[in-house]
Amino acid sequence: MKKVLVAGILLLITCLVSAKGAYMTSSEFLEKAFGSEAPKIQAIWIKEELKKVVHKITLGSLKKLRVKYWVKDDRTAWILEEVGKELPITIGVVIENDEIVNLEILTFRESRGGEVRYPSFTNQFSSLRLEKDHSLNKHIDGVTGATLSVRAVKKVARLALYLHSRTPAAS
Amino acid sequence: MTVDTRKRLGKSPLVLIEIVRDARVLFISGLIALNMLSINCAAATPSIDEMWQVIQQQQAEIKMLKSRLVETESKTEATAEAIDLVAESTASGGSLLGGNTVIGGYGEMHYNNLENQADGSDKSAMDFHRFVLFFGHQFTDSVRFFSELEVEHSIAGDGKVGEVELEQAFIEWDYSPEQKLTAGLFLLPVGILNETHEPETFYGVERNNVEKNIVPATWWEGGASLSGEITQGWSYNVAVTTGLFLKGGKYKVRDGRQKVGKANAEDLAYTGRIKYTGSAGLELGLTFQYQSDLLQSMTVSGADDVDATLIEAHAAYQSGPFMFRALYATWDIDDDINLIKAGADEQTGWYLEPSYRFSPEWGVFARYERWDNTAGAGTNSEMTQFDIGFNYWLTERVAIKMDYQDQDAPNGSKEEDGFNLGIGWSF
Repeated sequence: MKKVLVAGILLLITCLVSAKGAYMTSSEFLEKAFGSEAPKIQAIWIKEELKKVVHKITLGSLKKLRVKYWVKDDRTAWILEEVGKELPITIGVVIENDEIVNLEILTFRESRGGEVRYPSFTNQFSSLRLEKDHSLNKHIDGVTGATLSVRAVKKVARLALYLHSRTPAAS
Repeated sequence: MTVDTRKRLGKSPLVLIEIVRDARVLFISGLIALNMLSINCAAATPSIDEMWQVIQQQQAEIKMLKSRLVETESKTEATAEAIDLVAESTASGGSLLGGNTVIGGYGEMHYNNLENQADGSDKSAMDFHRFVLFFGHQFTDSVRFFSELEVEHSIAGDGKVGEVELEQAFIEWDYSPEQKLTAGLFLLPVGILNETHEPETFYGVERNNVEKNIVPATWWEGGASLSGEITQGWSYNVAVTTGLFLKGGKYKVRDGRQKVGKANAEDLAYTGRIKYTGSAGLELGLTFQYQSDLLQSMTVSGADDVDATLIEAHAAYQSGPFMFRALYATWDIDDDINLIKAGADEQTGWYLEPSYRFSPEWGVFARYERWDNTAGAGTNSEMTQFDIGFNYWLTERVAIKMDYQDQDAPNGSKEEDGFNLGIGWSF
């Protein structure tokens, strides 16, 4: 009985201290990226000349025929998914002038590694560009218990930068 | 002018009349021909009405083509959507039965070539140490299932060296935005490697001895847990689970893992952890655990009511290519355990591990570790080991590993120096 009471108190405490969700919906992400004026939705087809690089970046995990994106002037926004350990992480990336302006974790489904949601991690992606070998131009400090999630976010950042370079919005 | 006409020109007026008559015939013939020509030309140029009809026909064709183009684009879009759905359901992480079920895993094979500096045999062995499969399923946005099934040392069964084990199998429910309830068989929130130990994520062929012997990783129990975010950068775990059970005169904490196989649940364990990850590259963790009775209400060698507490603290820091890990863990066990083994009331260990990643492919490390499962005895019972080695990542999820180890052991204990070689991967 005592143990049940302790467990119940613990549950109540956790509800009371629960932080507000750090997650974001797609609409919220796009509004943050473009303001109130709705961007155009386009699609980039993963044709033969793109396939090799996309495969190299994603290690074959992207199997779509085309990837949708949102564009206004020379700013693009991408909502992409990549598996961390077992389940996909939904990540939003905003790119302008061929560099990342913002990166947000929209949905995190794994049981561990959620620390990648925090600005202390995602802020590292600001101003990042793609090198000629399609790697990021700066090192990203990882999160010890979230190696696989960190890896997934880096992959999405590289993919978004590469696909952006293949759109008319690229410099 | 014909020959006849020429001849007639030099003749009489009748001839002239004939000549005129010929000319008139010629002229009239010419007029007729010209008229017929003009009639034919008039027939090739369409009238305005005809042109209007042609335009209208063409307009109708254009409209029909536009409509077919829209229909074709719509079909292309639908086809692409369908292909994308299939692609998502077979994306990395895989799927057996549909988009919500995934399969993954990891594996590692080791070669140990170690010379025993004390009396006893050397170790020269190749071992498929672990083959693990994950299965996961997302029931709804807030309810999911995770599992890990493991084969150790390749062959399991009576008299065989290996084991088949269920290492994780739990339901996780996000009952509020940042809070989870976990129920089932899960890894305890303690240490650095206990929860994250895919082979390409750590240095060294074998897992470090401190976490193996003191934490004791890999350590899972059955029960329930609450976890979540306190505030940004701070997270917590609290768990009530089955406890350790030291049977048959065992005293090392690692030997007390029941692995939720008909586990004795007479005396439970309570675990709490607080973790800070608010700065990029930094993790600080502190775990406290209370075991209510390591003997699960039994009496062994006159010892009973052997409760214990574990305190574990660690720091892991990464800045650019440089990484550093440090961990300290200590058990304070009821004195009665000394009736089973003198000095076992204190079991302690710590390690330091700097590493440097030269490139995405190469990284080197060094590790210094000390551990003692009878630290309470006050005798020289501590083990020390120094490792140095490298990882070579063939891809981000496949690593070849090599290290050299130098052990110092108390007199009479096995002391193994030599090298280890391994390959590990996860997918």
